[in-house]
Amino acid sequence: MTPLLRMTNVQKAFGDNHVLKGIDLDVAKGEMVCLIGASGSGKSTLLRTINLLEPIDDGEILLDGVDISEPGLDPQPVRKRIGLVFQSYNLFPHMSATDNVMLAPRRLKGLSKAELEAPVTTLFERFGLADRMGHYPDQLSGGQQQRVAIIRALAMQPEVLLFDEITSALDPELVAEVLDVLRAVRAEGITMIFATHEMGFARELADKVCFLDRGRILEAGTPDQLFDAPKEERTRQFLSQVL
Amino acid sequence: MTETIKPPAPQGKRAAYEAALRKRSMRIAALSTLAVVAAIVILVPLAPGWEAVKRSFFNGGVFAKTFPGLLNAFLLDIAIFAWSLPLIALLGLAVAICRDIQRPALYPLRLFATIYTDVFRGLPVILVIYLIGFGIPGLGLPRPWNSPYIWGSLALILVYAAYVAEVIRSGIESIHKSQRSAALSLGLTTSDTMRFVILPQALRNVVPANMNLVVALQKDVALLSFVGPVEIFRQAGVYKSLYANFTPYVGAALIFLAITIPATRYADYLMHKRRRLEQ
Ligand SMILES: Nc1ncnc2c1ncn2[C@@H]1O[C@H](COP(=O)(O)OP(=O)(O)OP(=O)(O)O)[C@@H](O)[C@H]1O
Ligand SMILES: [Mg+2]
Repeated sequence: MTPLLRMTNVQKAFGDNHVLKGIDLDVAKGEMVCLIGASGSGKSTLLRTINLLEPIDDGEILLDGVDISEPGLDPQPVRKRIGLVFQSYNLFPHMSATDNVMLAPRRLKGLSKAELEAPVTTLFERFGLADRMGHYPDQLSGGQQQRVAIIRALAMQPEVLLFDEITSALDPELVAEVLDVLRAVRAEGITMIFATHEMGFARELADKVCFLDRGRILEAGTPDQLFDAPKEERTRQFLSQVL
Repeated sequence: MTETIKPPAPQGKRAAYEAALRKRSMRIAALSTLAVVAAIVILVPLAPGWEAVKRSFFNGGVFAKTFPGLLNAFLLDIAIFAWSLPLIALLGLAVAICRDIQRPALYPLRLFATIYTDVFRGLPVILVIYLIGFGIPGLGLPRPWNSPYIWGSLALILVYAAYVAEVIRSGIESIHKSQRSAALSLGLTTSDTMRFVILPQALRNVVPANMNLVVALQKDVALLSFVGPVEIFRQAGVYKSLYANFTPYVGAALIFLAITIPATRYADYLMHKRRRLEQ
């Protein structure tokens, strides 16, 4: 079976800073892949290249067998299929939670507010935010904002969801509520790539864990393989620091 | 439900101490203001030329005779202001957006917008009014296209739109690039991103700065008098010659202040409110 997403030899540099040095990664439909690695190892950059927020310098990114990294290709249709949730939430501060969620479906799918009312309300209810729909981002806690950001990405019904350390800006007591949401999303079988520092969470939910080290995927495997029997010395070092 | 908790206020002797402090500074401020006013009222009339100045600048009779005419002429200032303002807003916005264009194919538009703002911000307003207000009617255009109202207003519009464009552009740049990333990552087009995400935030941020430009525009409308329209400043000049007295200028000044002081206060209030919100 061809993977839903396939990256081959993806290279990316910012000036002299060679950030991605040949990434090879296959993600099957419905799979959850966790990216772990030290700060600056290139996790965010990797996710941003998949969402086409950063053009790559070399290599290929195939979505359903189609090269989406083709220069000059319109990024919009691809972005509709691949959602991205950021560490810093990045909600639009001048819009209510509901409007944040509805903006993209309204503009891109031509749906009206009335048509979106029911499905969006269902999403807010599912994530325990039914009473916060009319609130503005600055009236929400960090955990609530991040859940709204996840709802916003889900509302476009993407085939792949990318998460970039979405709990690392949160106070510890708020992390759990966001991770709960992710368990629910995971249960639906959406394909996910997840950069995280939450090793316990990666172990619990991931199908595959990739250890990113200085722009390369140094080691990849099931959570059991990677956490319990890492082959590489650098993986062992990293894990001993974070576990 | 959130319960509102009243912030603690100073109690007992602390409150009394702060009240005393407040009363004392108020007294000092009142006394010093009074002293300055008294000095002016007493000392200025002692100046040797005071009687002459009073006659030619603060002449009650002339004031009463010319004030209604000045008010009437001021309506023209208001009209010029009123039709220039929306055009300035539109042109300023368009130029600001052009300056933000990233697409290489549209680079000429961006270049043009940059040159435009540089040129019109780099020239004295009065010079632009002279060049356009006299230059274009000089082409011998048929009526009504030879009207100094139109071309004088155009000069004001061009200058102020350049300033407004620059203010809006700084507002656009003040929006963190993560907002753009977030909008694009959802699949929004670049123009939707600008229209629904960046601009609404940017414009809100620059309301106070634009209010200051509005106040400045109210005053600069008077500059059009140099190319023809009989607005308040020119009307005052006519009265000055007629009565050989400067009081009409004082009347005109009062009329301007009646509009610009509240507007300035309002701009300050907005600025203050913004700053409080940002904390
Ligand atoms: N837009 C950019 N311009 C220049 N350099 C960048 C840019 N984005 C990332 N970098 C650089 O790329 C490298 C990898 O950054 P990246 O954000 O991908 O790391 P990360 O693994 O996500 O780290 P963290 O865990 O701190 O989020 C860093 O050295 C960073 O400075
Ligand atoms: Mg990162």
